[in-house]
Amino acid sequence: MGLDIRWPIGLMFSLIGVLLVITGLVNGADARSLNLNINLWWGMILLVFGVLMLLGATRSRKTPPPA
Amino acid sequence: MQPIHLAWVDYAILIAYVAFVVGIGWALARYMKSSSDFLTSGRSIPTWVTGLAFISANLGALELVGMAASGAKYGIATCHFYWVGAIPAMVFLGIFMMPFYYGSQARSVPEYLKMRFNEPVRALNAVAFAVMTVFASGISMDALARLLTNLLPWKLDTNILGMDFGSYDIYLWICSGVVLLYVLKGGLTSAIYTEVLQFFMIVLGFAPVVYLGLKDVGGWHTMNHSLQGVATNPAALYLKDAGTTYAADAWTSAWKPVLAGSANNPMGVDWFAIVFGLGFVLSFGYWCTNFLVVQRAMAARNMTAARNTPLVAAVPKMLFPVLVILPGMIAIALSSMPNKDYRIPPPIVSQENYVQAVEVLKNANPADSPAAVKAVGDALGKKVAADKIASLVAANAASKLSDDQIKRGLYNSIAENDYNSVILSLLKKYCPPGLLGLALTALLASFMSGMAGNVTAFNTIWTYDLYQAYFMPNKSDAHYFWMGKFITVVGIVLSIFCAYFAKQYNNAMDIIQLVFGFVNAPLFGTFLLGMFWKRTTGIGAFLGLFGGIASSAGFHALTTTTSNVDAAGHVIKGMKGGYLHVVQAFPSEMAQNFWLAAFAFTVCFVLTLVISLATRRTKTDEELKGLVYSLTPKIKDENQAWYLRPAVVGTVLLIGCVILNFIFW
Repeated sequence: MGLDIRWPIGLMFSLIGVLLVITGLVNGADARSLNLNINLWWGMILLVFGVLMLLGATRSRKTPPPA
Repeated sequence: MQPIHLAWVDYAILIAYVAFVVGIGWALARYMKSSSDFLTSGRSIPTWVTGLAFISANLGALELVGMAASGAKYGIATCHFYWVGAIPAMVFLGIFMMPFYYGSQARSVPEYLKMRFNEPVRALNAVAFAVMTVFASGISMDALARLLTNLLPWKLDTNILGMDFGSYDIYLWICSGVVLLYVLKGGLTSAIYTEVLQFFMIVLGFAPVVYLGLKDVGGWHTMNHSLQGVATNPAALYLKDAGTTYAADAWTSAWKPVLAGSANNPMGVDWFAIVFGLGFVLSFGYWCTNFLVVQRAMAARNMTAARNTPLVAAVPKMLFPVLVILPGMIAIALSSMPNKDYRIPPPIVSQENYVQAVEVLKNANPADSPAAVKAVGDALGKKVAADKIASLVAANAASKLSDDQIKRGLYNSIAENDYNSVILSLLKKYCPPGLLGLALTALLASFMSGMAGNVTAFNTIWTYDLYQAYFMPNKSDAHYFWMGKFITVVGIVLSIFCAYFAKQYNNAMDIIQLVFGFVNAPLFGTFLLGMFWKRTTGIGAFLGLFGGIASSAGFHALTTTTSNVDAAGHVIKGMKGGYLHVVQAFPSEMAQNFWLAAFAFTVCFVLTLVISLATRRTKTDEELKGLVYSLTPKIKDENQAWYLRPAVVGTVLLIGCVILNFIFW
């Protein structure tokens, strides 16, 4: 199929990552999450994951895979 | 269950997910040019994608919820469903069975059966499977609509065209509508792509919750330590009846309690039932013959990719217990720690019953605690712990408690657990807004992809194995393409009906699932003989399968569980078996289930063998080429890199699996 699945995965997790980071910065640590700013930290991890997926997708677009 | 408050960020994540899955459908629509593009993805998808979709199709929401529940009920022994009940079968599928499925150019599992045997075997399998997928997706959607109704604070009661619709209806229709949108646009590829998306949602959404939970109980060793305390007195947490006691390692060792016999582990099973019933019959029957998962591997771009699909899937499957079973164990450990103020949620009790029970408790006479316990229990409509009610009555008599305090006390004294809400209760406990949205969206995603997966399997089976085979053969591909889309809509509508049916008639649904258990139990016997013994005949396969199904129904009619027999020796619920006569009473339903599968498989295997020997072969060696092991040229892959060779990768996986079993022995 013509659509590389890494585009939607990368875009979606980057977006969710950014949303979580913003929430973490605005709300700060929460008692529920054992006073850990889990939104901030986990948001960053999601963002890194999303960007890696996007990088993978752009790289393979430059070198078309063998048919 | 209390509705939870969701912040804007939670809704934003939810909406983003829905937008992306619908967007994927839209983006794929332009590649859908023929029926095979739509129904079988044109065999064009890379291995890692089919692999993750393969595992995701199995990791439905009901699996997530159910495995956490089992983790709580049985502890680490639940891992047998993964390390015994999945990995070996997945490796076998990749190494030995995919060459026939993929190499025969069959478009579905029933079509393979037609090539190997004859039309009746195909029809039996296709019809049973089609009905099953519709019910499975209905059950999944019913559970989703219920969850949303309980969870979200919206009251969506409306009146459209003179008909009343409640929140349940609205959620059911909206979620089904979203699934319809993307499946209709992008077909199987849409379903596979969203399954991959769902895989990452589940992993990345649940991992932080498990991390927080484990940190809260004080780490792995502290958790194990508290679970050892639980094992010696499981009645304290309402896990078992009063007086039941196990060795300290019953929740923390995978094999030792099982080897000690069925009376010595909370599952109530012995090692033979696990190894043969679960590990061989049920597991191989599911992973190697269920079109829902096999379809993902069949969509791979070439033979190597198809064979590697279940092997790629086996890696996350092996590690999933951390994500799905550990939460249940954490929940039990938390419940046993008084300072954590947590219990496994009791079954839902309505607000009115709580109010009533609070009144009863306030007026109770502290001198007559048995009467108070009974009255409170009646008001709640649940079994209650006598000692907790008595101390609550005494505390209230000494100094008046507030209504909220009493309600809290009542909540803790209900002597039943609703294990299926373990996951949700942990999400609520640990997730701040933001993370909560992510985790809930992950759960929602797996419910919806449960429907998408079943519907995409259903439309293929209908179009190729029933419609094209029996109703309208020899039509143009455009015709079948159109039919594939049309039946997708029909499949969704049927699923919605099934969801309403499940909502209305819970017991009927249990019976239907029971019957599917009968149909599936012997299936692997047919495939095993068909693929590895060229002498197996069509008549032998059909009658063997039929005999196997009949024997599992018979087995169920003649056996039951010990808890289902009253003092006079009569069976309490016919649903749980033994309604004709009780020949054997098993210590648990799980044990009964494993032995039933083992029995049905053996009957099917022996019958097929004997009848095949007694009947004449109808297919020549030439016709069976590519369908039977001994008549198919071996695949040469010596020149491939080692990590692409299924035999090598499979061996590595099995070794890893054995090591895991020993670590948690």
